[in-house]
Amino acid sequence: MTKKRMALPASEAVFRAVVYTLTFLILLITFYPLYYVVIASLSSAKYAMAGEIFLWPKGFTLEGYAELLRDDSILRGYANTIFYALAGTAVSMVVTTPCAYALSRPDFKSRRWIMVFFLVTMFFNGGMIPTYLTITRQLGMGSGYLVMIAPFCLNVFNLIIMRTFFETNLPRELWESAQLDGCTNTNYLLKVALPLSKAVLSIIMLYYLVGKWNDYFSGLLYLRDEKYLPLQNVLRSILTRNQAMASQLQSGTNVEALRKANLVKYSSIVASSLPMMILYPFLQKYFEKGVMIGSIKG
Amino acid sequence: MNEGKERKAEKPFHEKALAEISANWELYLFVLPAVISVLLFNYLPMYGVQIAFKNFIPAKGIAGSAWVGLRWFERFFRSYQWLAIIKNSVVLSFYTLLYTFPLPIVFAILVNQFQSQRAKKIIQTVSYAPHFVSTVVVVGIISLFLSPSTGMYGYITRALGVQPINPLGESSMFRTIYVGSEIWQHMGWQSIIYIATLSNVSPELIDAARVDGASSLQKIWHVELPAMRSTMTILLILSFGSLMSVGFEKAYLLQNPQNLATSEIIATYIYKVGLGGTPQYSYSAAIGLINSVVNVVLLLLFNGASRKFGETSLF
Repeated sequence: MTKKRMALPASEAVFRAVVYTLTFLILLITFYPLYYVVIASLSSAKYAMAGEIFLWPKGFTLEGYAELLRDDSILRGYANTIFYALAGTAVSMVVTTPCAYALSRPDFKSRRWIMVFFLVTMFFNGGMIPTYLTITRQLGMGSGYLVMIAPFCLNVFNLIIMRTFFETNLPRELWESAQLDGCTNTNYLLKVALPLSKAVLSIIMLYYLVGKWNDYFSGLLYLRDEKYLPLQNVLRSILTRNQAMASQLQSGTNVEALRKANLVKYSSIVASSLPMMILYPFLQKYFEKGVMIGSIKG
Repeated sequence: MNEGKERKAEKPFHEKALAEISANWELYLFVLPAVISVLLFNYLPMYGVQIAFKNFIPAKGIAGSAWVGLRWFERFFRSYQWLAIIKNSVVLSFYTLLYTFPLPIVFAILVNQFQSQRAKKIIQTVSYAPHFVSTVVVVGIISLFLSPSTGMYGYITRALGVQPINPLGESSMFRTIYVGSEIWQHMGWQSIIYIATLSNVSPELIDAARVDGASSLQKIWHVELPAMRSTMTILLILSFGSLMSVGFEKAYLLQNPQNLATSEIIATYIYKVGLGGTPQYSYSAAIGLINSVVNVVLLLLFNGASRKFGETSLF
């Protein structure tokens, strides 16, 4: 573009200023609460509760995190969630990927019907109670590890994204020539298709992982035994501790206990959110692609 | 298409099916785990929906329980809360849609005004962050911030010389808190698709607008908004379809005895009736069925409407 830079007309200057200010405010509102939780988790609780923290930690302490390490329930929740998230994501990928590949093959005659079979579930479902009864009674998955990993391991939306990616990114000639060389479907999928599909594989993996990591509902609905509870459910009970006490601070309230509870709340939020917060920027370059593919064939 | 004719002329269906499966057995094996999973976890519960018309007694099982016709539906519509619960669900999802539909578009337009790719990327990275935080954490942050005694809300109001209330305990504040946190959490993420659409606008179009001396506002109106139009329609239909299926999790987690007047929605009521205290499986399944029927009707209605007006439709 060979365009000389001209002085902006006044209206354009105002427009720029409005755009920059609005964007800045939006980012501030988005980011500051998360940042505040981090600095509050590192500050002495008496400052946090007095509202004296704004930009950086005050009275630096790791006491909140030390407290978490002494709490068996949160450590077990953490371990459970790591297990559920990794095992659940692995199962989901193993179920979703070959299916998406088969459905992407134009010469696979039954693919239309199978697709309809999956699509129906996006609009109709049994509802909370029939699903609960099916899983606990008919399938006999009571409280335990299995119920946190097996149910709903296939997400139809993710399946569609992956299938569309395979359809548009794997040239048909590639399969035809591989077939001439005597390549089976399994070998083609493992050695040709998957290495070419890192983008979609990583984004779908992230979707499953985040879904499992942040899942609170399954634990609430199915788990009766505390030792199986995932992180989110343990976190919830930490976050609601002393809530009644905090909402009406009266004389005689045990302020020290309240402070400690608050500090633990801040640190547990940070500790439980950190893994996903660290992970997503690495995969950000794939987001646009993933979301666009998903929208083409909803 | 011509397979059907051949089938009649030559072999019976099952032989043909067997031949097809053995020819492509690998592909059928590939879809098998997914089909089984969906069959077990999505279709089997649909079979269980019949308990809405039965008096389900666990010991007798689904098939063994007696049919009771519309007893549970009558009971729901005779209960004193039914109208309030449906109204709460509809109003909550309507407000959610009203704000979470247009705001990502506005944000995408804002981001698109930045020329530097680096600036765009930084803005987007920051705006996605809350999307990866769990609902439990979001609700936790809300209650820490809004605490009248120890939260930021508390000391700001006190600094202004006002006696703080407890916003989470006010039923009039529930919807604002719910919708506000939805926006906070997902606006950045939901704008990805619009930002991507805008970055695909042909450069010639933008140049033409510039040559014609269009101001930035005119460019937004005549180039950027029209470019996003079909994406908007599809997303709008999709959100109408889920109008009645407001997320259970957040409403449940934000709920407390003081804000029940607005926070009790169909999903939380189903949970309470179905799994709280003495479980009333059949009654709760009936309410769930009413919810799904309304949902599907809404989706078909809006899909039909948008097709009629010559816009994009889902199917």
